[in-house]
Amino acid sequence: MSRMLGSDAILRALELEGVRVAFGIPGGAILPTYDAMARGTVVRHVLARHEQGAGHMAQGYARASGEVGVAIATSGPGATNLVTPIADAWMDSTPLVCITGQVRSNLIGTDAFQEIDATGITLPIVKHSWLVQDVRELPATLKAAFHVARTGRPGPVLVDVAKDVQEAEFDFAYPDEVDLPGWKPPAKVHARQVAAAAQAIAEAQKPIVYIGGGVVNAEAGAELLAFVQSAELPAVTTLMAKGVLPDSHPLNYGPPGMHGSKWANWALNKADLIIAVGTRFDDRVTGKVSAFAPGARVIHFDIDAAEVGKIRRADIPVVGPLKQILADLTTELRSLEADGTSPQTEPWLRQLADWREEFPLRYGSNGDMLKPQLVLETLQSLTAGNDVVWTTGVGQHQMWAMQYLVCDRPRSFITSGGLGTMGYGLPAAIGAKAARPDATVVCVDGDGCFQMTCQELATAALERLPIVTVIVNNGWLGMVRQWQELFYGERYSQTHLTHQVPDYAQLAEAYGCAGFTVESEDDLESALVDAMDCGRTAVIDARCAAEENCYPMVPAGAAAVDVIEMPDEEPARA
Amino acid sequence: MSLHTVSVQLENKPGALARISQLFARRGYNIQSLAVGPTEREGISRLTLRVDCEEGSLEQIEKQMHKLVNVLRVTELVPGETLERELALITVSVAPDKRAELIALGQVFGATVADIGRDSMMFEIVGVPEELDAFEEVLRPHGVRELVRTGRIGLRRPRTGSTRRMRSAAVVS
Repeated sequence: MSRMLGSDAILRALELEGVRVAFGIPGGAILPTYDAMARGTVVRHVLARHEQGAGHMAQGYARASGEVGVAIATSGPGATNLVTPIADAWMDSTPLVCITGQVRSNLIGTDAFQEIDATGITLPIVKHSWLVQDVRELPATLKAAFHVARTGRPGPVLVDVAKDVQEAEFDFAYPDEVDLPGWKPPAKVHARQVAAAAQAIAEAQKPIVYIGGGVVNAEAGAELLAFVQSAELPAVTTLMAKGVLPDSHPLNYGPPGMHGSKWANWALNKADLIIAVGTRFDDRVTGKVSAFAPGARVIHFDIDAAEVGKIRRADIPVVGPLKQILADLTTELRSLEADGTSPQTEPWLRQLADWREEFPLRYGSNGDMLKPQLVLETLQSLTAGNDVVWTTGVGQHQMWAMQYLVCDRPRSFITSGGLGTMGYGLPAAIGAKAARPDATVVCVDGDGCFQMTCQELATAALERLPIVTVIVNNGWLGMVRQWQELFYGERYSQTHLTHQVPDYAQLAEAYGCAGFTVESEDDLESALVDAMDCGRTAVIDARCAAEENCYPMVPAGAAAVDVIEMPDEEPARA
Repeated sequence: MSLHTVSVQLENKPGALARISQLFARRGYNIQSLAVGPTEREGISRLTLRVDCEEGSLEQIEKQMHKLVNVLRVTELVPGETLERELALITVSVAPDKRAELIALGQVFGATVADIGRDSMMFEIVGVPEELDAFEEVLRPHGVRELVRTGRIGLRRPRTGSTRRMRSAAVVS
């Protein structure tokens, strides 16, 4: 036990929780904690330029490392700027501890300067939150915050600390145990349910493993691979799961869903048994739920009981830690195999391989301008086999990245899935690079997305983080434009951004980064190589064809089997 | 759709009730009544919620509530195994010459007169919520001025044995 201030206690708690890097911006109500930082801590602080950036950095850090991300902000606007990252972390189950300053206890509730009800505003999008008004509660609260963020289904928590609490002196002791009688994430696996699942798998003719981000969070990649291989089970991997089963593994049929391949959608929808692992039957995957996989029985494995049966009834529900479930399942399958029962999947696998061959991803070569798909293909071929962490924004470029990048490692594809947060890519890349300095970190962004958080170039430049941002610049809010073309009678209302404003290369230079402009296929590869080799934060403005649409596509609300492929002869449009 | 009574034990912490009501609002579940108060254990409150929903939604509600850090236990109070009570205060317009008639009416329902004014009187009634509904119905023609109900509270009857958790709760823990 040692005598210290509340502000010092916050930093000691971060250190004791193993936090290496925290992201944030100081301000009035959190000043004492930043003052404590100046007194010394082993926690490295990355100064963001906007709290939203700090939050996404913490998310990128968390998702690249598997550790809890930490974001720090002041009260009022500092806290409200964190709302989007908190919501994003909530939707994508990213462990995040947000620490916000609050006005002094005696001012709470008076509409004081920069006072906002931070716990109230974030109530629907946190696993839990605390307002600390007594310094003696600070250690146990922070201990609980980290525990709740990382256990069970991971997610965001908020600790709002009154300024006088940060300034108060007390006897600090960090508890070894948490005192949370109501927090009991499932720890055990029902052996009988796993046995029933194994039996159903062994009897299936057309099984498909439907893999979600929960497997990444559970660090269960190895168990997943063993499971899939044990019975030669074909799999589809959602956007959130990309990399957890190697993309190049022959049993991985890649992403299903709105912009997934026709073969993956067919594999999922025409199966007789869906083995859902850490996934939540999101509408972007299922399409019209009543038409989704009509002939399939469903086994659903998840750490979160509330996801099981939420969208699609589970014939065999299994709630528990995925790592253990998958290990137990593999053991069960092996013993069934020894008894002569194993799934007869050969005709099904042949069918899937035929579909994969019959409906390849493709794009036209019409027009003079660079094709966005080519940018992704080139990025892939230049980095094949390297230790790369990709981040993306949200929209067409994200879907092309999903389609064309080959990720063979877990935590190598970091994207905003559930919330669909434009502007996620660059700050997430900064966080990922802080977590994994030895990895090549590339942000694939859209021009619309980039402009939402591009001020973080300053953060990256000053932190000397050699990350590369490739802007697939089509001059439009591309995915919105695509919907306007297909579903809103080609009325392009308020979606044209232009290729030229801003000049992204000049903008990069202004922020102390290297800037490159690519206007033709001939310059693409050399610019990408130069950007990756320059050792600085780099931005490539890849000026792409404006009207390239992202296919295949399942229109919102349509049955997922009704995949629209790229029209054969897409007319060239200038 | 059907009506269900759900009993929730939760830590008496700041915002605990807000988290529950927020969850109902957010997921589109309709609360018909909600009563909250202390229990036999210090720091633990018990909530009795009356919800109109489908069977599947009830399971979702229960699972979502279990994810709240302050929630200790969720049980459905099954009719027949449960004792339910509610209290109402009802002020009725009444001319002095009609008082006796109303008091007699109240006696039939076990209601007591809590207060009497110049041209109105207040009844107090405790009973199963359906009895309160019936009494209210009978009073309406006389002119109900103001009415307040506590919302139903319930406990499992001792003779039905110890309380058991809802089905999906067993899956959780």
